[in-house]
Amino acid sequence: MPEYERWSEAGASAVIAKHSGVAGAALPILHALQEVFGHIPEAAEPLVAAALNLSRAEVHGIVTFYHDFRRHPPGRHVLRLCRAEACQAAGGEALAEGVRRRLGLEWNATTADGGLTLEPVFCLGLCACSPAAMLDGQVLGRLDGPALDAALDEAMEGAA
Amino acid sequence: MRRLRLYLPADAAAIAVGAQRVAAALADAAAVRGMALDLVRTGTRGMVWLEPLLEADSAQGRIGFGPICAADAASVLAAILDGGTHGKALGPVEQIPFLREQTRLVLARCGITDPLSPGDYAKHGGWKGLVRAKSLGPAATLEEIVASGLRGRGGAGFPTGIKWRTAAAAPGEPKYLVCNADEGDSGTFADRVIIEGDPFMLIEGMAIAAFAVGASQGYVYIRSEYPHAVAAMRAAIRIAAREGALEGFALEVRVGAGAYVCGEETAMLDSLEGKRGMVRAKPPLPAVRGLWGKPTVINNAISLASVPWIMAEGAGAYQGFGLGRSRGTMPVQLAGNIRHGGLYECAFGVTLGELVERVGGGTASGRAVRAAQVGGPLGAYFPPALFDTPFDYEAFAARDGLIGHGGIVVFDDTVDMARQARFAMEFCARESCGKCTPCRIGSIRGTEVIDRLLAGDRPALQRELLADLCHTMKFGSLCALGGFTPYPVLSALTHFAEDFTPRAGARAAAE
Repeated sequence: MPEYERWSEAGASAVIAKHSGVAGAALPILHALQEVFGHIPEAAEPLVAAALNLSRAEVHGIVTFYHDFRRHPPGRHVLRLCRAEACQAAGGEALAEGVRRRLGLEWNATTADGGLTLEPVFCLGLCACSPAAMLDGQVLGRLDGPALDAALDEAMEGAA
Repeated sequence: MRRLRLYLPADAAAIAVGAQRVAAALADAAAVRGMALDLVRTGTRGMVWLEPLLEADSAQGRIGFGPICAADAASVLAAILDGGTHGKALGPVEQIPFLREQTRLVLARCGITDPLSPGDYAKHGGWKGLVRAKSLGPAATLEEIVASGLRGRGGAGFPTGIKWRTAAAAPGEPKYLVCNADEGDSGTFADRVIIEGDPFMLIEGMAIAAFAVGASQGYVYIRSEYPHAVAAMRAAIRIAAREGALEGFALEVRVGAGAYVCGEETAMLDSLEGKRGMVRAKPPLPAVRGLWGKPTVINNAISLASVPWIMAEGAGAYQGFGLGRSRGTMPVQLAGNIRHGGLYECAFGVTLGELVERVGGGTASGRAVRAAQVGGPLGAYFPPALFDTPFDYEAFAARDGLIGHGGIVVFDDTVDMARQARFAMEFCARESCGKCTPCRIGSIRGTEVIDRLLAGDRPALQRELLADLCHTMKFGSLCALGGFTPYPVLSALTHFAEDFTPRAGARAAAE
């Protein structure tokens, strides 16, 4: 389970400073911020803007353009379930429906206890062992309902 | 202590189906027998349905066991060490028809070597292409690629050598080289397998390209959904730099952030520059004015991975494979509901039916094949009646399809093709960069029109409207996202018209 730091301006400034030297630094910086804090809060945008000599609107535009960047903290576990064609062909939609029903979750939502965030992903490159998913960064293939439930149970029990 | 060497892929697909648990169980089983286990973590052979596929050396070459699970570890070790049969034994791996029948040029080392061992790479023919390029000089190297007939494997099929020639001749310094490994098409995973399984080959291809066009800085843009590939590429670049293979060429990995459109070359350039991934109007071509306004060669990972073989063996040898204007080989990706899913490298010209039915073994579900989507989310759905189409850029175009990046997603007879058509529009709406109207607005309108059609709201009119909308998107969009979304939509509507009849329950959803 990923452990994220609590948001702080000082912590964020250090992360930004570490990555702002490279050409086209916006994505490397945003990735680094999300890796440290689990998300990119609005308060980060002016800091990134100042470091890269961009307007705050431009940074907001970048953060919101890319599906990866979260505006809010995720749950303790993150399940990214593939919704693309190769997984659809192998029963991915029924799998997704099942897990959503079980958890009572919409896409991009987190369970009430903060235990799990469900995110869609469009292809993990595991198309010959579909349906596929990524749970806390671990790839899972040849999934069916019981296999996914077992993986979720194991993750939740391991560090709930 | 007796040592035992075994080979097990560390490819993401193998890991997704339990390779790490198998590795741990093998270590335990070897310890029980008092043996030291030397487990080489290779790339994948591409026979994904057999993963995790364990291999051992034998008098007949490498023998395989698969798909194995952790519980098989002790019995497989016994079969290897004590002889005897095993239910998961596959015999000599290279005699498995799926593998034996391939023409593996870019996949030559994949599944055999340790991907991060420079010694393995050199021992199996690595760096020969770069050495020859250096001896020929930049101009002759460039002409060798032109002569090979290599075309861009990302989907557009533009001649790679011509692109290089344009960038080499364009004024401006520095020049950049970008490897497009933002393999976003569902049903494709060749870039991932190559990067994880033989990253030095891609580095060699990029070093040759940089040498030929005079580029001093290179970027490998890998999608964030591929963390194993990102790690493998970064490690390989560090090792290659240490070994002195990158003199005068700075190479760096950049990670995407979940935007499909960044696989489009000009959107990728904006993304690399740290902006929203917005598509640029062409001209100017990136080869003339690309990254930060400088001449930039941007090639697909498979295109660049094909370069070392061409330089090592010669353009003529590469020309010897293929059909018509599609020369060389393509690592075809067999995916979705397919029995023998995986990566199959062959010369152009094999028919779609051979790939789906003979090589792929039909569906995994055992039901009849109803459709194959070729070329990703922007590719057409082909019914079995068109399975005689040869795998070739022009042959697919002639049937209103495309081969794209070489992915084939198989569906059985439970598929709802109207739903697939709607998904194509929905995906385009989700991923549109928003710069041009036909894509941004057209895709939303497309989902609405399909909903009304299925609801039985003046169906003849909706069909006409959908055809007209697709025409506008095809010819009015700035890039292939809006421009090619009509392929899956119209192919579904044309070949599977029966799925578009109004249905109960759809009316409420459309209102």
